[in-house]
Amino acid sequence: MIPEIGHFALILALCLALCQGILPLVGAHRDDAAMMSIARSAAAGQFLFVSISFGCLIWAFIHDDFSVLYVANHSQLSLPGIYKVSATWSAHEGSLLMWIFILAAWTMAVARFSSDLPMKLLARVIGVLGLLSVGFLLFALLTSNPFERLVPAAIDGADLNPLLQDPGLAIHPPLLYVGYVGFSVAFAFAIAAMISGELDRQWARWTRPWTIVAWLFLTMGIALGSWWAYYELGWGGWWFWDAVENASFMPWLVGTALIHSLAVTERRGLFKSWTLLLAISVFSLSLLGTFLVRSGIIVSVHAFATDPTRGFFILAFLSIVIIGALVLYAWRAPALDSDVGFGLFSRETFLLLNNVLLVVAATLVLLGTLAPLIVEMLNGDKISIGPPWFEVAFLVPMIPLIFLMGLGMHTAWRQQSTTPIIKLLRIPAIGAVVVGIVLPLLFYGRVGLMLAVGCIAAVWIVATSLLQPWRSWRRKEGEAGITRSALGMSIAHLGMGLFVIGVTVVSAFGVESDRAMREGEIIELAGMQFEMREFREVKGPNYDAIEGVVEIRKDGKYLATVRPQKRQYLVQTSLMTEAGIHPSWNKDLFVALGEDLGGGAWSVRIQYKPMIRFIWIGAFVMALGGLVAVTDRRYRRKDVTP
Amino acid sequence: MKPRQQRMLAVGLAALGIAIAASLTLRAFKDNMMFFIDISVVVAGDHPTERTFRIGGLVVDGSVERREGSLEMSFRVTDLKCELGVRYTGVLPDLFREGQGVVAHGSMADDGVFVADKILAKHDENYMAPEVAASLAKHVEDQTASLQDGAAECGSI
Amino acid sequence: MNRFILPLVAAVVLIPILVLGLRSDPTALPSPYIGKPAPEFELPTLKDPAKTIGTANLRGQMSIVNIWATWCVGCRAEHQFLVELSEEGSIPIYGINWRDNRQNALNWLAQLGDPYVASGFDADARVGIDWGAYGAPETFLVNADGIVLYRFTGPLSWPIWEQEFVPLIAAGAGR
Repeated sequence: MIPEIGHFALILALCLALCQGILPLVGAHRDDAAMMSIARSAAAGQFLFVSISFGCLIWAFIHDDFSVLYVANHSQLSLPGIYKVSATWSAHEGSLLMWIFILAAWTMAVARFSSDLPMKLLARVIGVLGLLSVGFLLFALLTSNPFERLVPAAIDGADLNPLLQDPGLAIHPPLLYVGYVGFSVAFAFAIAAMISGELDRQWARWTRPWTIVAWLFLTMGIALGSWWAYYELGWGGWWFWDAVENASFMPWLVGTALIHSLAVTERRGLFKSWTLLLAISVFSLSLLGTFLVRSGIIVSVHAFATDPTRGFFILAFLSIVIIGALVLYAWRAPALDSDVGFGLFSRETFLLLNNVLLVVAATLVLLGTLAPLIVEMLNGDKISIGPPWFEVAFLVPMIPLIFLMGLGMHTAWRQQSTTPIIKLLRIPAIGAVVVGIVLPLLFYGRVGLMLAVGCIAAVWIVATSLLQPWRSWRRKEGEAGITRSALGMSIAHLGMGLFVIGVTVVSAFGVESDRAMREGEIIELAGMQFEMREFREVKGPNYDAIEGVVEIRKDGKYLATVRPQKRQYLVQTSLMTEAGIHPSWNKDLFVALGEDLGGGAWSVRIQYKPMIRFIWIGAFVMALGGLVAVTDRRYRRKDVTP
Repeated sequence: MKPRQQRMLAVGLAALGIAIAASLTLRAFKDNMMFFIDISVVVAGDHPTERTFRIGGLVVDGSVERREGSLEMSFRVTDLKCELGVRYTGVLPDLFREGQGVVAHGSMADDGVFVADKILAKHDENYMAPEVAASLAKHVEDQTASLQDGAAECGSI
Repeated sequence: MNRFILPLVAAVVLIPILVLGLRSDPTALPSPYIGKPAPEFELPTLKDPAKTIGTANLRGQMSIVNIWATWCVGCRAEHQFLVELSEEGSIPIYGINWRDNRQNALNWLAQLGDPYVASGFDADARVGIDWGAYGAPETFLVNADGIVLYRFTGPLSWPIWEQEFVPLIAAGAGR
């Protein structure tokens, strides 16, 4: 009964989404206040029914209702409770429903928190969001109904893929989707602006906080995904340039560009058409990502079970959205061009450079991701593009970006004279060069070109982003302090600096070794001793495991004990490697069991990963910066003077 | 700066960025493309010699050998037409098993054995890497044809 | 040309690439057997490892070969149909128990009913792969000469049976 309620609620949500998508847009066109005012209540209704539907699916998982095909395929009686809930979004149908739920929630939030928006703009924004909901609801109902019954009901389920039985992965998809889907708000604002032909600084002020919130969730989602990959499947790697990772990373890059370009539009009324194009691109890339993940077009460890019908549906939807938006853009954007000037040495120029470099980076990632597809189409060769290419190609736009970042932060709008900025930044610059070379020598005893570049870049960003908050803190009484917006920027850039430290140090000084180990054997790595104390058998709720107990010592002094496991999951009879990790702020010690080599020996991978936590800490600091920035006074004030 | 100059600047910068990116991309692309080559093709000797490539197929039953207590191991892979020996030193992925699909990165050694530097097995054991599946399917077809014609042995492509 | 059209042009170039990519679905396997002899096989039967079942059993009458496993949810979904079809008795059903555990498979048949004339036990999946099985369930229609007439992937049901199999069986029998 409950699954049928869920299915029926989804159909009702579709009807309401149709109202929400059509009536307010028509109303805005005809200047009909009654029709426009439907927007809010339709959005609320749609949210209600989508929530009921999503709730029903979660209910079916919690109550082990194996008469629902999707539940039978992805859950199991002995699955721990928390994973029964997260199993809801572990595969295509359920995660699509979650996507729809999040879209409805964003729509609700826009309707709720935009009371100061002109009625027409609000009606159009919610209308566009309604049309997007219609697309996704149709997709779910026509090709991917999660409530499909299994008759006769299964006695037990096929279990959740063991890789996904992990707390990191339970919250990674929701965060990622909140980000992905959140960009649809920026997209809807862009479409609304193009329909009305009005785009002023006020518009940017309304759009920007929504974009930042979406961006900060996406940042956290990607970071969590990377962290999960690190300890769950990566054998210690944290980023693989896998097609699906790229699918989430491209919207992030373009979304970052959008935030910066919106800043220019908000402050100076410039870059209007460019901002619109970015808003369209970032959402299109989110859709493209969905398509790549769910159509099976690209081979990846993450890819969902494949189905060409679904592929065609998303592709059709993607084409309508992108082509529709770009036609509108080609038609309306030329009228929105502004004719305000700015100096060559100005904040505007730096933000322009930021945008160009970020978009180039995203284009390169897109190219590398689609290359296997294109090559196969051209001459039938099956190829893959390895991570080394991405690493090189990605660094090309990133290195200048990182150095320009420190400069751009302190450059004035319109025109900056050179003398004061040299005076301001010469100490951080000299400091960065000195510290960037001395620090690695001091702590790790060597330095190389890329290492020096990375360390200098990191120190440079950290120093320049702390400059403004520090001066605000030390200011004289009566002087204006730093705004939340500027503080948020500083924090986000600081996060970037921490991230660069992490990446640089771990790639330069990380050590790994694959060895055979017997009980009592000691292996020396990075100045530490890893002793295999014993192998023992362990029983989990739905798996059996062999556990290695490894004691780590440094110069004979006890440091930690880690317990890597090799798990055999009972239902899917699959093997899983559960690494034993000893984390600390400045290094991770990582031991993973390979397989039984016979004669009491096991293959073991031991890794020393200095500063790797900075990669994820950096990402979370970036997200925190976004959070601080959206709490700025000007985004909260109702009556803003343009 | 006047709007027109602005635009010139923007377009110029974008063009510069894209030009640099494009040239770097194309140069690096060729070096980083990894081809997937059918085992029959490798056995016939028609494979890249200067660079690494990927092979894939089924691990032949009973072919996995390892020196006890050592990370060195060897096994044979088949595409249902030809077999190829593979040598590998290191930790194997969880889903590596006899009779299962496998993909290996590496290059050919002089003794006619493929030396793998990386072994991949898919994360879901009920599905096979598509390249491997396609390669196997091709030779299943050959086998079926050979039942009728009595031709198509390993070595003939 | 108006520079605002450029993004549109880029999208119009990109989308066909994606469409074509979708066509060459990497997971779609060709079915090389349609109209050709079924791959040779010889497997121990599930119930009695001493006995075997193989291509020879398929000769002489039209039959279907069903690849199944206890871990496969689709197989459970089609099992009721197979039991009903076997009760109807119009066509023999041979099973290939694929990548499975013998005891689980026997329990399954005891619990849900056994529609198979016999099931071959293919623990290491070699035969399944010879048949081009890519996932379970899959069902092949084989005629009296041992030629594969049709392959269906996914769970079977009465409507699919009536629509896809029955006409072929009728045509094959009338020939």
